[in-house]
Amino acid sequence: MAEAKMPLWEVFIRSRTGLAHRHVGSVHAADAEMALQAARDTYTRRGEGLSIWVVPSAAITASDPAEKGPLFEPTASKIYRHPSFYEIPEEVGHM
Amino acid sequence: MTTIHLEETPHLTYVLRLADSALVLSHRLSEWCGHAPMLEEDLALTNIALDLLGQARLLYEHAAALEGHGRSEDDLAYLRDAPQFKNLLICELPRGDFAFTVVRQTLVSAFFHPFWQLARSSTDRTLVAIAEKAEKEVAYHLRHAGAWLVRLGDGTEESRRRTLEALDTLWPYTGELFEVDEVGEAMIEAGIGPDPASIRPVFEDTLDRLFAEADLPRPAPTWMQTGGLRGVHTEHLGHMLAVMQHLPRAYPGARW
Repeated sequence: MAEAKMPLWEVFIRSRTGLAHRHVGSVHAADAEMALQAARDTYTRRGEGLSIWVVPSAAITASDPAEKGPLFEPTASKIYRHPSFYEIPEEVGHM
Repeated sequence: MTTIHLEETPHLTYVLRLADSALVLSHRLSEWCGHAPMLEEDLALTNIALDLLGQARLLYEHAAALEGHGRSEDDLAYLRDAPQFKNLLICELPRGDFAFTVVRQTLVSAFFHPFWQLARSSTDRTLVAIAEKAEKEVAYHLRHAGAWLVRLGDGTEESRRRTLEALDTLWPYTGELFEVDEVGEAMIEAGIGPDPASIRPVFEDTLDRLFAEADLPRPAPTWMQTGGLRGVHTEHLGHMLAVMQHLPRAYPGARW
């Protein structure tokens, strides 16, 4: 009952211009406008934010933790995908 | 710790009124800490309380400087008795239920948002600096309280009933927002304080918009309460000050 009237929303905050929004947590709110205000009051208390996104938690499709074997283990043997095997020429500088 | 007595000029009285209203309303909001209907709202209400406390501090500091007797913001907040407080009566009423708090915050913010906007062109430079900060804060208070007013007014049968009851109780306290006595006249004359008459149309527009969205009737004109600006208070302020002032009076100079 309470859950239906006050559904959960996932909160994403962009801390600085140019950075991507990052998931910071969740809030309960009756609708999108109130979710935005709750997110502002809960997660930007110390000057963290320049922009807020809220998304109904129910709108998120999540992977099944039971499937982590087939989903993620095959990459463990593909270490050549990491960029650590390349030598970066001096002229490029810091990447 | 003994009560202090200030030598009041119209300018000092005017700044004290603003400071007292901010402090008293801040304290009423802080009473929700740990008691709000949900965690998110607990944080929202205490955020608003802290904004108002910040405004009160700056205003008391300004008042202390105007008096020029080396007193601190704490002296002014904690060492004056109820009859010396000059806050608006609407600020001191007990916090009531959540609907009461929402209606009060909407009414007070609908006045103080245009008030601080206009105060940005005051001839008092310190007041201008305070207004720059307060205007943004109160804009959010109005947005937050207004959003709740719409949802409670146009929500369930119970939320609507409670909102209407709160409105009935609070409306007679809105007259004081626009009261101009000899102190107010002197401040308007000196260009220090905005004329409440120029705030009225903005206040009315804000309420028209919110009440229409909340499907609430505009309260009928009625007899208006008065007294707070002159230090004549409801029985509630003394009890509130007893709680708020107990510690600094019992342990003068106490620090964290």
